[in-house]
Amino acid sequence: MSRKITIEPVTRVEGHGKVTIHLDSEGNVTQTRLHIVEFRGFERFVQGRPYWEAPVLVQRLCGICPVSHHLAAAKALDVIVGAGTGNGLTATGEKMRRLMHYGQMFQSHTLHFFHLVSPDLLFGIDADPAIRNIIGVALKHKDLAVQGVMMRKYGQEVIKATAGKKIHGTGAIPGGINKNLSIKERDLLLNGGDMMNADKMVEWAQGAVDFFKGYHKANSNFIDNFAKFPSNHLSLVRKDGALDFYHGVLRSVDFEGNKILHDIDYQGYLDYIAEEVRPWTYMKFPFMKEMGEDNGWYRVGPLARLNTCDFIPSPLAQKEFEIYKAYTNGKPNNMCMHTHWARLIEILHSAEIIRDLLNDPDLQGNDLVTKGTKTNEGVGLLEAPRGTLFHHYRINDNDQIEMANLIVSTTNNNEPMNRSVNYVAKNYMTGQKEITEGMMNAVEVSIRAYDPCLSCATHALGKMPLEISLIDSDDNIIDKKKSK
Amino acid sequence: MQLQPKILIYGYGNPGRQDDGLGSVFVDLLKKWLDSKSIENVELENDYQLNIEDALTISEKDLVVFVDASIENIDDYCLTRVEAEDSKIEFSMHAVSASFILDMSNQLYDKDPETYLLHIKGYEWDYKEELTNKATINLNKALDFIKKRILDPLSFKDHVIEIME
Repeated sequence: MSRKITIEPVTRVEGHGKVTIHLDSEGNVTQTRLHIVEFRGFERFVQGRPYWEAPVLVQRLCGICPVSHHLAAAKALDVIVGAGTGNGLTATGEKMRRLMHYGQMFQSHTLHFFHLVSPDLLFGIDADPAIRNIIGVALKHKDLAVQGVMMRKYGQEVIKATAGKKIHGTGAIPGGINKNLSIKERDLLLNGGDMMNADKMVEWAQGAVDFFKGYHKANSNFIDNFAKFPSNHLSLVRKDGALDFYHGVLRSVDFEGNKILHDIDYQGYLDYIAEEVRPWTYMKFPFMKEMGEDNGWYRVGPLARLNTCDFIPSPLAQKEFEIYKAYTNGKPNNMCMHTHWARLIEILHSAEIIRDLLNDPDLQGNDLVTKGTKTNEGVGLLEAPRGTLFHHYRINDNDQIEMANLIVSTTNNNEPMNRSVNYVAKNYMTGQKEITEGMMNAVEVSIRAYDPCLSCATHALGKMPLEISLIDSDDNIIDKKKSK
Repeated sequence: MQLQPKILIYGYGNPGRQDDGLGSVFVDLLKKWLDSKSIENVELENDYQLNIEDALTISEKDLVVFVDASIENIDDYCLTRVEAEDSKIEFSMHAVSASFILDMSNQLYDKDPETYLLHIKGYEWDYKEELTNKATINLNKALDFIKKRILDPLSFKDHVIEIME
C-alpha cells in the first residue's frame, strides 16, 4: 500500500506551509510537494487606489518585510512620476532609501541567522526541539544570543530613523523621500552608547562570518552536501557587476556560471520572466522564458546574489567573498546550506554600507524629491532579504492604479524549495515508516535556508498551531501530532 | 513617596489587516488618555509583531502588558498572566510569543518583569485599515479596564483569568 506523509505547517517559516511526501508500497519516495498558502488577492486590492498611496498600502501585505515592499513600490512609482529608474533621485533621496534598505537587510538576515539557523548549527538538526531554539542558544552561548538581539535592534533603529516610524513607515514617496537624517539620528546610529554603534555592528558581523567558517570546517560534509543541487541563479547587480541590494540590472547565470540574462533593464522583465501555474498549489512557479518551464527556474536570495555578482563593494565583505568564491574555484555555488554563509557575508556588507552612509553628509541634504514628466506605468525591483522582489503598476488618467503585478522573493524560490524538500525526502525518508523529529526538522532545515516569508501578516493569538499528520493512500490519518 | 512602577504597554499586530490592528489602535488611544492625565510612569510601544529585541525592552520594566488581537473563545477581552516557561513547548517563528520574550528576558538579562497579555477579541482580518464595529466595542471595554489597572498597578494580578481552549 502506498502512503502519503504530511507535515503541516512548516515550523519557523512565516505563515503556513504543508509538506506532502508520497511513498510507494516499498517505501520509496515517489513525489514531494511543498504547499504554501500564498494570498494573491493583494494585487486586486490596490486597484482603484491613488498611486501615491501604494508605498504605504503595500506594507499591509507583510509584517515581516514591509520595508522591502515599501521601497519596491516607491521605485516603481519613481518611474511613473518621471523620476527615473533608480538613478534619477537626488543624492539625499537615494542614499536615505539605501540606508533604510540596508538596515532592513541587516536586521532581517540577523534575525534569520541568530534566531532560526544558529540553533540547528549549534545543537544539530536532530537535537531535542526543547533546546534547539534561541533560548537554548541563550543558555549555552549567551554572548551570541545577546549579539543577535542587539544587531536586530540596531537594524530596526536604522529603519525607524529613515522610514519615520516602525509601523506603516512613510519615508519613501514617489520621486524621493520625505525626510532626511538629522544629526542627532545620525550620531545615535554612528556612535550610540554601549554597544549600539556602527563599528560594533561591523565587528559582530565579522564575528558571525568567522563563526560560520569555523562551523563549516568542522562540519563540511553536512554543510556541503545537504540539499545540494544545481540551479540557475538570478538577481540584480550594479551595472559594473557589483553586489547591490537597492538597484541594478537583472542578471542570471546557470549552475556553471554561463550568463543567461545579460544585465537587462528590468523595466522589460515581462519579456524575460513568466510564471507557471500548477494545479496543486496557489503559488506560481516563475521561470526564464528563453529556457522554458522545465529548465528556466532559478534561485534568488543570498546564494544567487553571490553567484551572479562579480565583486562586493565594501572591503571586509569583499575579502570574505574571495574566500567564499575560492571554495568553489570561482564557479557558482549550488550548495543549499552555503546560503547561510552567503547571508552572513551580506550582513557584513550591510553593516559596512550602513557605516559608510552614516558618514555621508548627503544624508543631511534638503533636496528630497525629483519631479519629471509623468507616465502611466512603472516597474520597481530590488533585492529583498529573501531575494529579488518585483513590483509593477499601471495607472489610469485619474491617477488610480488599474493594474498591479507582484512577484515576491518566496515565489521566485518556489521550485528550488520544492527540490530541496524532494532531496531530503529521498535521503531521509525512503523506507521509513514514521517521521522522527530529526527527519521532520531535516525537511524544515532545507526550506529554512531560503528564509521563506509567506503573505500572511496577521498574527492574532491562536492562529499558528503545528500539526503533523501521517496519511495513507486512502486518505486515512495514520498518525497526528499537534503542538501549541 | 512610593516609587511608581515602570510600566510598558505593548500593542502589536498589523493595522492594515482590520482587527489585527487592535493592539496598535489600543496604544494610540491609550496615549491620548495618558497625556491628558500627565501619567509618566507608563511607556507605550507598538509593532507589527513581537520580536527578539523586545526581550531587552521588557527587561528594563517592572510591569509589562502585551496587547494583541485574539480569535480565541472569549467574549470581548481578558487578561492572562504570561509565564516564561511556556516558550519551551511552542515552535519558533519570526513572530514570537509574549512568553517567549519573557523567557528571553530571563535568560539573557536575568530580569523577570510582572508580565500580562491583554487579549481583545477580533473578527475580520482582510486588507483594510479599520476595525470592525464589534472589535471596536471590545477595544473600548479593554481600554476602560486597563486605565483602572494603571491607576492601581497592584490590581493587575487580581483580574487574571485562564482561557479555556
